[in-house]
Amino acid sequence: MDLLAILRIAIRALTRNKMRSLLTMLGIIIGVGAVIATVGLGQGAQQQVQNQIASMGTNLLYISSGSVNKGGIRLGGGATKTLVNDDMKAIEQEVPTIAEAAPGAGTSAQVVSDNQNWYTRVTGTEPQYFDIRNWTFDRGGNFTADDVQRATNVVVLGATVQQNLFGNTDSIGQTVRIGTLPFQVVGVLTAKGQSGLGQDQDDGVYVPITTLQKKITGQDWLQYIMASAVSQPASYAAQGQITALLRDRHRIRPGQDDDFTVRNLADVAQLADESSKVMTMLLASIAGVSLIVGGIGIMNIMLVSVTERTREIGIRIAIGATEGDVLRQFLSESVVLSLAGGIMGILFGVASSIAITKLLGWNILVSPAAMGAAVVFSMAVGIFFGFYPARKAAMLDPIEALRFE
Amino acid sequence: MATLAQVEFNASPLIEAEALKPVIAVEDVHKYYDLGETKVHALRGVDLKIASGEFVAIMGSSGSGKSTFMNMLGCLDKPTSGRYFLEGTDVSQLDKKALAAIRNKKLGFVFQGFNLLSRTTALENVELPTLYAKLDKEARLDRAKEMLKLVGLGERLDHFPSQLSGGQQQRVAIARALANRPSILLADEPTGNLDSRTSVEIMQIFQALNDQGLTIVLVTHEPDIAQFAKRIVVFRDGKIRHDNLVQQRPRAADVLKTLPAIDED
Repeated sequence: MDLLAILRIAIRALTRNKMRSLLTMLGIIIGVGAVIATVGLGQGAQQQVQNQIASMGTNLLYISSGSVNKGGIRLGGGATKTLVNDDMKAIEQEVPTIAEAAPGAGTSAQVVSDNQNWYTRVTGTEPQYFDIRNWTFDRGGNFTADDVQRATNVVVLGATVQQNLFGNTDSIGQTVRIGTLPFQVVGVLTAKGQSGLGQDQDDGVYVPITTLQKKITGQDWLQYIMASAVSQPASYAAQGQITALLRDRHRIRPGQDDDFTVRNLADVAQLADESSKVMTMLLASIAGVSLIVGGIGIMNIMLVSVTERTREIGIRIAIGATEGDVLRQFLSESVVLSLAGGIMGILFGVASSIAITKLLGWNILVSPAAMGAAVVFSMAVGIFFGFYPARKAAMLDPIEALRFE
Repeated sequence: MATLAQVEFNASPLIEAEALKPVIAVEDVHKYYDLGETKVHALRGVDLKIASGEFVAIMGSSGSGKSTFMNMLGCLDKPTSGRYFLEGTDVSQLDKKALAAIRNKKLGFVFQGFNLLSRTTALENVELPTLYAKLDKEARLDRAKEMLKLVGLGERLDHFPSQLSGGQQQRVAIARALANRPSILLADEPTGNLDSRTSVEIMQIFQALNDQGLTIVLVTHEPDIAQFAKRIVVFRDGKIRHDNLVQQRPRAADVLKTLPAIDED
């Protein structure tokens, strides 16, 4: 029998028991739908994480002052005063895989405009900082190297600070006070929203590092250095090179702990990526279980169907159907069942993905690969779970089958 | 049944010389059924030759082995010992696939219970054997229509079995049995579920087909039905007890005229 005739017979047999076929398919529909939706959910989350990491800056290395061991008492990160501006310069100049580096030191202070004030984080840095972090200016511009050189009182406002101090009015050229000192606003950063941890990334102001160190905190050490590697692969090499350089500069003997930490944000990104992948796999495999349950449903119904149609099978064998013909007939019925269920499941999965996106605001990515996999998998389920009933039908003794009432 | 068209069958026409060549040759066939503790000896050494163009009625009480013998003739069952030649081929040696092909192409089955596929039209039922013979769609349709016309159901192609009378259903079954132009028609109590007039009508079709050269083997326990055959073989206790030619065979068409007419629908 040709494939088309087999399919036609299978579809006809299934449409005779529409309700039963639909209920049998339901297992596959829910299974495939759940797989599509959860994989979409996982991939959406993954993409969100990746976007956030991209917004943190590309190929970013974060060197923070580390803990120190004072007579057996280990102080937490940031306790040392050994990370200095010259370290930053050295990293920039001596590590070949580093494109740029910028210092970071900060304190929190009350920032006051004419009639508003806002308690926020004050960070001292150099102009390239914004470039390294991929931050752009909404209004005005950056302070300059010259400003750093002369420790001038200029400030770049984060979007939240701008909003709280000036609302929608232009703040460029205005004066704000940080503590007691007047600063001239030169730029406002573009809003970046919350970070992955829910931190407001726009709540902060930025001044030249020298101004911060000399006029606000009076401390000459750094809390961290931000550096960008020339490429993402280079960032791994840079990590080692920076560690070696800083150990040398800080005269740390072999065997002694580092007094700094070098973190590669690519690692962080990868970790986040891995964890969301694992999450996706987990969700998908739970959903996959329902597919298997659906498959068992198909097997059950096919067994019932074989018993019901014993006489029909007997007739077919008597008039010349081979075992293969009967096997193919019943197998095609289960495959049609599971495949139709799979296709409906995709529609169901996509529809529920859209509904979740609309209702909960979650980011769901429905990938064609997941759809393809769902179709292939549901077909495989049909073949796997349909084989036993089909074989049972094919092996029937025609004499017995013809006598069956 | 004057509508019966001339149809060519694979069987050779009933010529004197050809008639002697057996289509079916059964040699010392035994069949045991192993039912756990007891062994049933259903056939105890059966020898039978049926020539091309013969019309044989097999009779016998239940348990005589005639059904077992029929299943064996139909290649649905294999003898425990002995040999069965179908058109010269020893079918007792063939595998399942080859047997399926023989059932499909050389044999046509007609059953007591009609055994049509329900919710499948008359046309599709008749088409079924040609589907397994891998004929293309057009040829299948043509063949099915031709065979339905042959049994006088040319205008009921799209009826479901439930919409047909018993006689009509049996005619569809006969058309289906003829679909692949077999050389032998095997009929297992084809009139068992039919009233006497319809039974004679079915025998009329059989006689007409036989006239055109089709070999027919018919199982029945009704003596007046067996009379329409050319030869009667009687089974008892797994053996052939009588094997006689029918003297003064009645023509079903003539008998029909003597029966009161009844509405079929």
